[in-house]
Amino acid sequence: MNLILFAGFLGVVMMITGLLVKNDRAITYLAIVGIALLFFLNMLEMSTGPLLNLPVKDMLVTSKFGLLMNGIMLMATLLYFIVSGKHIEMVGKHVPEYYALIFFVLAGAGLATSFNNLLMLFLGIEIISIPLYILTGADKRNLKSNEASLKYFLMGAFSTGVMLLGIAFIYGGTGSISISKISVPESPLSLHLITGVLLLLISMAFKVSAAPFHFWTPDVYDGAPTVFSAFMATIVKVAAFAAFIQLFAGATGIFPSQKWKLVISVIIALTLVIGNITAVFQQSVKRMLAYSSIAQAGFMMFAVFSYNYISTEGILIYAAAYCFATIGLFAVLLKMEDYTFNGFNGLAKKQPALAAMATVFLLSLAGIPLIAGFFGKYYMVASALSKGGSYLWLVILAMICAAISVFYYFRVIQAMYFKDAQTDAPDILPTSLAFKYGLFVLAIFTLAIGIMPQLLLQYLYF
Amino acid sequence: MLVVLFILIPLLAGLGIFFTRNEGQAKVASLGISLVLLAITLYAMYQPAGSELTTYTRIWLGSLNSNFSFQLDGLGKITTLLTAVSFPLIFMATWSNHYKDASQYYALMLLTQAGLMGVFLSTDALLFYFFWELALIPAYFLCSKWGGEKRIQVAFKFFIYTFTGSLLMLVGIIYLYFKTPDLSFAWESFKQVQLTVTEQTWFFWFFFVAFAIKMPIFPFHTWQPDTYEQAPTSTTMVLSGVMVKMGLFGVARWLLPVFPDMATKMATPIIIICIVGMLYASLIAMRQDSIKRLIAYSSIAHIGLMCAAFFVNNAYAYEGAILQLFNHGVNIIGLWIVVDIIERQTGIRNMKELGGLAQKAPWMATLFVVVALANIALPLTNAFIGEFLMFNGLFEYNPWFAVLAGISIILAAVYTLGMIQKVFYGATISQPVIKDLNKAEALAMLTIIALILIVGVYPGPMMKLGQQSMEAIQVAMMP
Repeated sequence: MNLILFAGFLGVVMMITGLLVKNDRAITYLAIVGIALLFFLNMLEMSTGPLLNLPVKDMLVTSKFGLLMNGIMLMATLLYFIVSGKHIEMVGKHVPEYYALIFFVLAGAGLATSFNNLLMLFLGIEIISIPLYILTGADKRNLKSNEASLKYFLMGAFSTGVMLLGIAFIYGGTGSISISKISVPESPLSLHLITGVLLLLISMAFKVSAAPFHFWTPDVYDGAPTVFSAFMATIVKVAAFAAFIQLFAGATGIFPSQKWKLVISVIIALTLVIGNITAVFQQSVKRMLAYSSIAQAGFMMFAVFSYNYISTEGILIYAAAYCFATIGLFAVLLKMEDYTFNGFNGLAKKQPALAAMATVFLLSLAGIPLIAGFFGKYYMVASALSKGGSYLWLVILAMICAAISVFYYFRVIQAMYFKDAQTDAPDILPTSLAFKYGLFVLAIFTLAIGIMPQLLLQYLYF
Repeated sequence: MLVVLFILIPLLAGLGIFFTRNEGQAKVASLGISLVLLAITLYAMYQPAGSELTTYTRIWLGSLNSNFSFQLDGLGKITTLLTAVSFPLIFMATWSNHYKDASQYYALMLLTQAGLMGVFLSTDALLFYFFWELALIPAYFLCSKWGGEKRIQVAFKFFIYTFTGSLLMLVGIIYLYFKTPDLSFAWESFKQVQLTVTEQTWFFWFFFVAFAIKMPIFPFHTWQPDTYEQAPTSTTMVLSGVMVKMGLFGVARWLLPVFPDMATKMATPIIIICIVGMLYASLIAMRQDSIKRLIAYSSIAHIGLMCAAFFVNNAYAYEGAILQLFNHGVNIIGLWIVVDIIERQTGIRNMKELGGLAQKAPWMATLFVVVALANIALPLTNAFIGEFLMFNGLFEYNPWFAVLAGISIILAAVYTLGMIQKVFYGATISQPVIKDLNKAEALAMLTIIALILIVGVYPGPMMKLGQQSMEAIQVAMMP
């Protein structure tokens, strides 16, 4: 609750400050302070409850899971501002507005983690999406950015339409849009309800870029200013997943049958295969990360597939691992002149600390033990296997895809450590102290969760 | 408590050595550390099993019921002793090698050692998996950074192969975890798992493939000759001497006790695969011109025999195979040391271009011949004891298998002696000047030969070390 209110408020504050303060650096500092404040308020809510008790008519519920998810997203955004703030300033002239839009997205994310009503889900998803259309096109003079923005807007609007249609069908089937009401249908499922849920599933799959609804992802991530791609690929994706899980967790009554599991397992299989195989053939690290985000979404879908206590713990670990590692990698990528794999050649020589931290992030994404990503994958696989081996094929497919993912993640490591830079290769952009420490904190978090996942999970229970 | 030091010392030292300034410091530090570890290991060898010094348990992941639990039992004693002995030998023998970024090289070597020690000590399946990967990562970096021309592709192939195998094992570990009576990753709980026949078949092969890739046995061996050839020789020593034992160790520690029924049922096909692999590898070894590839293929043949011996369900064979874990490691490191010296001094690894080295380097030739004879299991050498016991067991299982496997021993003699002849005798090559062993190399070689002869003549103490674990397996296998 705190997040929704204060993120919206801070967004407005950022816009007004933009009129008064013309110093971009000061704006960034203000944004960092703001996000830290949000993080603090969110943690406060976890321990003592919300600051203001608004009459929400049971349309929003706060849960430990949702608050912890908020906490992960806010921490990730905080570190993202610290490591990439300089690059947000470099995108264009309207720096305070970019920050304001990001705060609005976070307000939407707050709705997405706490809705108890399909209307609130719709609002949350829309509040997340609309600022993103603008951020994607923020690089106004760049045609690719404009194209990506338009593409994203058209596709996004279409999927939102599908979602509304689904909600309408569900209302037709059950006479309610409150999740607690629709999740206990009295009689056998009506055709309306099934159609509605299917449409809802499709639109959510679109938002988390699961195959076969993923086509917008690489183009949008590639076209958008890189610094905003980092935001979209991590925090926004996690917010969408939180909504997805919240929706299907609440609606257990509608999903008693194995048929839905089959549908979701097909989506997972497609996402994993398409994401991983296509990523292998990319020449640009930025596009590789876009496809990797599809592939990782395939793994995160396991949390929807096998909703149980293991997957709830797992998605938290996965979200944190994925966010921290991807933000770190994008931050390193932003310092590169050349976004191809060859651009990374010999980085370990020039910047040993930077290369070492990038290696931690890559190993985490590849799921190597003792680094956070491993536990993410571990929990996802364990959640699917906990009820026996009826979906063993899916687990094996996932493992094969994890092995394939090593191909493209390790290409960056190979370039950094085992290949020499060309002599005329440009040096990387200057790195500030804040960038280095921010990246270091990200790496420490990634390692700490990998060694002691309970550091994060303990908040779920106490 | 003591066993934690086995892992902690190389781990912390490895991390520390990253920050040493020059090559000399890194070399001295890593040799010193590995000698300290050897001393501790030797001390631990005399501790009775189950004593407080040889076990350690500490809660790690409470919610998953996975613990930091280490135990030094018979099987572990043999393999940790091998690990502790090999690293100082390797550091000594390659003392005169120079590496770019030496501090990183030695740091990664020690990290590999920490990973290996962890694999051999952990009695928790998840921890075992962690160390299994932890040993692989530094080895991957060692191969890709300091190896030969094709190092990047070759090391990557090695990595992908083993990583895929271990992911299958991970699925198996997680599945078994949910079947344990107390939802735990502990070895003891894994042994109590009851599975249906279908489940057993699936997961038995998952584990077996992971281990088979690591050993490697036919048909999962294709990464091995390339990697041994391209990796820097001291890394090859670690890979072939110690790391391949991870696969065999996995079979003895995790596969046989957890899947006793399936291990008996699948024994015949697995032994057939092993024997086919032995013959295949021996025949290919005969046609090799590169010394490195020859030794690589000969290793596949030897490992195949050891793997077969674990499945014959027979006391002699276990005893032999466990003893041979140590012997094979020591012998093959001896072979690599000489190959490394030859390659460093002449830059040649093709046998056709070499010849007559015995005249210029008589010490090297003599010591190499002794190690090579141990490699073909001549009586009085250590490998004879191991291979004799294994053949004995194989013969009891099925005499024809013993006969077929025996052919590979004959072939081993053919290619090993052929190699000695081509490299050390015959017409002398003119141009490269070869010097005899220096002191450090001689010391390493003499230690290896001492180990070969001592174990060969008086194998009692070594066999006693391994005996306990053998009993543990047998209890599981023969109810």
